[in-house]
Amino acid sequence: MFLINCPYCGERDQSEFSCGGEAHIVRPKQPTELSDDQWAEYLFMRKNIKGVQFERWNHVHGCRKWFNMVRDTSNDKIHAIYKMGEKPPVE
Amino acid sequence: MKNKYSIFSLIKNAFSQHENWKQAWGDPEPKREYEAIIIGGGGHGLATAYYLAKKHNMRNIAVLEKGWIGGGNTGRNTTIIRSNYLWDASAGLYDHALKIWENLSQELNYNIMFSQRGVMNLAHNLQDVRDLKRRTHANRLNGIDAVWLNTDQVKKFCPIINISPDIRYPVLGGTLQRRAGTARHDAVAWGYARGADEMGVDIIQNCEVNGIKRNGDHVEGVETSKGFIKTKKIGVVAAGHSSVIANMAGLKLPLESKPLQALVSEPVKPIIDTVVMSNAVHAYVSQSDKGELVIGAGTDAYVSYTQRGSHDVVEGTLKAILELYPIFSRMKMLRQWGGIVDICPDASPIISKTNIKGLYFNCGWGTGGFKATPGSGDLFAHTIANDEPHKLNAAFNLNRFVSGDLVDEHGAAAVAH
Repeated sequence: MFLINCPYCGERDQSEFSCGGEAHIVRPKQPTELSDDQWAEYLFMRKNIKGVQFERWNHVHGCRKWFNMVRDTSNDKIHAIYKMGEKPPVE
Repeated sequence: MKNKYSIFSLIKNAFSQHENWKQAWGDPEPKREYEAIIIGGGGHGLATAYYLAKKHNMRNIAVLEKGWIGGGNTGRNTTIIRSNYLWDASAGLYDHALKIWENLSQELNYNIMFSQRGVMNLAHNLQDVRDLKRRTHANRLNGIDAVWLNTDQVKKFCPIINISPDIRYPVLGGTLQRRAGTARHDAVAWGYARGADEMGVDIIQNCEVNGIKRNGDHVEGVETSKGFIKTKKIGVVAAGHSSVIANMAGLKLPLESKPLQALVSEPVKPIIDTVVMSNAVHAYVSQSDKGELVIGAGTDAYVSYTQRGSHDVVEGTLKAILELYPIFSRMKMLRQWGGIVDICPDASPIISKTNIKGLYFNCGWGTGGFKATPGSGDLFAHTIANDEPHKLNAAFNLNRFVSGDLVDEHGAAAVAH
């Protein structure tokens, strides 16, 4: 449990947000040309990092906008928050 | 058995003030090489080592545990055992485990306090009723005991439940598996550790794995906090940290690790003599032999390795508990904790080979791995020893995420994952 600084609404309780999982997984441009292995990689395989991870979050009980977050999953400390479409910060 | 526990050994040791009991398992230093290494000294890992030694005669093996045995999710779960899963593959897997549970105390010569007090799953809306009735039929076709109870029968079986039609989630009925129940989770780890140790398995505690050495497509050993150990076969049973170990071998798994919480109340006199679970409101409760109410909450909806969990999750669970059991309204909660569970997209486990030769994974048990401990160990030992799965765990391979042949127990299991 932690506070999240929504880029649109400011600091709110984490329970107002929902996590959309790992960020920057790009949808394949040519889906018909993908092998089963490549589909599995895109659909199911996750880094699931213990440490600094890039994630998508949605302020679902607030402005309902999506944004990205850099969070350390070993201590839930948030390092950076940036809007969709912006470049991820280099750590 | 060198140190068999019995009524006679209990009497004999009483005369020496119980000061001469032999150590139940040793504290060896790691050898330079083992036939196989199990990473993770929880129930599943220790059971794997036990069955590797007992059924496959692999005695030169080690279990590496970064903390103390049974100190992870084995000691953090709510000890519920049942096998009333919907799909045939799951039913086979979990009922295999339940059949081993039924004789495990005798087999291990260790009282794991297995208690078949029944597990009841409640239905709160018409869809629940349909789903649970369907599951009851599926269970019975698979030879698993299951009965449907109407609201009055639910009340009769567990009289403290509030069956008022006016509550937010009224009780419309439930299913009951009488062979299901609970066991003492620490004793399971200790019993398997003692059994494995006796057959020559090295149980090495406070030994953290920091790396997996690969040579092309096969494994050569593990880097640990106690130095490099050579081996040709590695079985990873690291629960919430499975992805961390997989990353060391350059492998990605379809897992997300999340905190799952549980809590216990102050101890009270016997009030609930079964286990009651509710899928819709995600509340389940039983009573330990010490008298504490054991309450399972849900997972946080984001990846975290913090072993804490959020307060709002506990609040949600307790709201549901209090509506179903108003009698608990003035009870105090004694302890709350979290464990990190590794959840698969289809909420079924992975007991599988990988595309790296000699590297095996037993993971993805998510929120419900304890019940499967003996079966999981048995089948994983079979997979490691023969380099191919047993027919009961063939469906739970890693390749199902490529083929699409998932074992989708999401919501079909008795509690929402």
